[in-house]
Amino acid sequence: MADNSRFVIAVYVENKFGVLSRVTSMFTRRGFNIDSLTVGVTESPEYSRITITMSGDGYARDQMINQLRKLFNVKKVEYIEDSKALQRELMLVKVRNDPENHQRLLSALDIFKAKIVDYSVNTLSIEVTGTTDKLDAFIEMVRELGIVELCRTGVVALQKGSSNMLEGLNPEEFN
Amino acid sequence: MKLTGAQIVIETLIEQGVTDVFGYPGGQVLNIYDAIYDAKGRINHILTAHEQGASHAADGYSRATGKVGVVIATSGPGATNLVTGIATAMLDSVPMVAITGNVPQNLIGRDSFQEIDITGITLPITKHNFFVHNVNQLADQIRLAFKIAKSGRPGPVLIDIPKDIQTAVAEYEPQPVVEKFPNPLPPEEDIEAAIKLLNTKSRPYIHIGGGVIGSKTYDLVRELAEKIDAVIGCSLMGLAAIPTDYERFLGMQGMHGHYASSVASNDADVIIAIGTRFSDRATGDKSRFAKGASIIHIDLDFAEINKNIPANVGVCGDISVSLRKIIDGVEPRRNPDWMAHIRELKRLEKSYMPEDKGLTPHVVMETINDIKDADTIIATDVGQHQMWACQYINFQKPRKIVSSGGLGTMGFGMGAAIGACVGTGNKTVLITGDGSFGMNLNELCTAVNTHVPLTIVLMNNGTLGMVRQWQTLFYNHHYSNTTLDRKTDFVKLAEAFGAKGVMCDTPEKFRREFQKAYDSDCVTLIDCRIDMDEFVLPMLPPGGAIEDIIVEAKAKGE
Repeated sequence: MADNSRFVIAVYVENKFGVLSRVTSMFTRRGFNIDSLTVGVTESPEYSRITITMSGDGYARDQMINQLRKLFNVKKVEYIEDSKALQRELMLVKVRNDPENHQRLLSALDIFKAKIVDYSVNTLSIEVTGTTDKLDAFIEMVRELGIVELCRTGVVALQKGSSNMLEGLNPEEFN
Repeated sequence: MKLTGAQIVIETLIEQGVTDVFGYPGGQVLNIYDAIYDAKGRINHILTAHEQGASHAADGYSRATGKVGVVIATSGPGATNLVTGIATAMLDSVPMVAITGNVPQNLIGRDSFQEIDITGITLPITKHNFFVHNVNQLADQIRLAFKIAKSGRPGPVLIDIPKDIQTAVAEYEPQPVVEKFPNPLPPEEDIEAAIKLLNTKSRPYIHIGGGVIGSKTYDLVRELAEKIDAVIGCSLMGLAAIPTDYERFLGMQGMHGHYASSVASNDADVIIAIGTRFSDRATGDKSRFAKGASIIHIDLDFAEINKNIPANVGVCGDISVSLRKIIDGVEPRRNPDWMAHIRELKRLEKSYMPEDKGLTPHVVMETINDIKDADTIIATDVGQHQMWACQYINFQKPRKIVSSGGLGTMGFGMGAAIGACVGTGNKTVLITGDGSFGMNLNELCTAVNTHVPLTIVLMNNGTLGMVRQWQTLFYNHHYSNTTLDRKTDFVKLAEAFGAKGVMCDTPEKFRREFQKAYDSDCVTLIDCRIDMDEFVLPMLPPGGAIEDIIVEAKAKGE
């Protein structure tokens, strides 16, 4: 693994009070620096899925996985190589509504398959979905049109193919 | 049967085999203390002077007995006073259950009187913790707390119980003592890789930590050492796993380790590390540690493999199973050159021992060795006296040293010694310093009231000796805030608490007084006057490696 490559870690945690703070407290204690973190319910209501993207070397990756596995409410941790991950992020971005720039904006929307979700006299709100790189590129594209405000969800990811992370999970197990 | 939450707490503790708890009452645990009152004769509560003392007592109890130590404290300051004790247990993997009260749930989050988010505060220093929301889950959560505390790599677990849960009523049925989660088994290919590597090596060194005591694998460690003709060194946490006089045992290695042990670990061609995390105190500069050696790391905690020192072979799983399989698979061998080298290192180590003039730390430790029996527990605080105890005290059986290794908690000793005494009933010697003792000496009253057979050997040098040693060696003799110059009369202090006190300044008097104190059943404090410029040697300077080892040093003006 090359130094400081980006990767995704998917974590199944018990859907219980305070679990997210256990995970983030561990990051602080161990000095991990993460790029993004998302959390939401899964196909099984008793579990939530946390998706973490971070950059680092093999050492940082292994430490992150090992320390996550040690938390009692964490039931499964999986490392997903960047190339094998289906990754999406959603972004809402508010840009200035300047008639002079309409043509450029419309072509950007077309290229990035983005859509306008709110329209006001002074601003346009746009929704874009895609990989982190795609969203970064879109920001570059519209930056000179005047970004008023933007907000991103962080990455959610699934492994490509038919696998399911919960397969073979024994909820009674803990090390 | 229907019980209140508070009664369920005590019944579940009794059901889980708890006979002794340490603690301090207060507003939000009044109901639990009422249940303790009713359970008189079924569970023994030891009241300490301070919640911190109670937490160290529960810790010392656990270290000396192997059982789960239990501590109870009230909300707010009671709970925060446990923090140092919980962190100490966490860093040394000691199984402990801490029970705190909290304000009723309808007052949570309103900055109520003595309300604190103790589960939030202790997140990074517990193996796991619970806030109890429902009285119907209370008993099971306490059971799970015990299960987590003692399973795998042990550690402290905290349960925060708001007052309304303590007064609510629920159905309770006694259950058997919880079983541990099963340990994972080591993968065969890792065992084979370890055996293959060992068969090619002729300078084997076994480095053991607290995991060997937790897994009770001391005999297997010796069997392995015999079969492959290896020597054994240890971290502070591994002390007493192997008898001091066992010929292959070289003692503690590292910053203040034995010369032979530290040098041998550097000269080895293979290090078999068992149940240890390669703490910086044991290795010195990691990038220069044992460069010529392959590393085989055997541990129950998968997260330790490759964390501090990269392993050529990591064997993760039940230590007992791993060792049995490796011993059975490895070829027996003799390493005469390696053993000759070890003999030379031991000879050198002896030659570095300074001559004793008067009441030196070495004389104090050797006198204790002469008088104590094999079951005596040695508790320590943190600092020079701790290192002298680790270097010079002879141990014959495991769990006979109670000392804060990972966190290095000054003030640990008094509480821990009381806990060890309560747990075992054995004679206990607390070796402490005037700095450390000053931190929690209030627990003298607890020692006196619980009638524990405790002798306190106070290495009184009028300074924070370990810091002074660093200031001498690395800070140009700038003795910033380390010279205590206090007017405390420790003999009178001991007497004021109802203990005996005696001052010693010669080897003869110390021998006499220690014998007397050791033979008596009451708490005695021996105020030993030690020179403030005694050093702990050898020393690997911070961030140094074996070639930087200091074996001789002189204080200012000599």
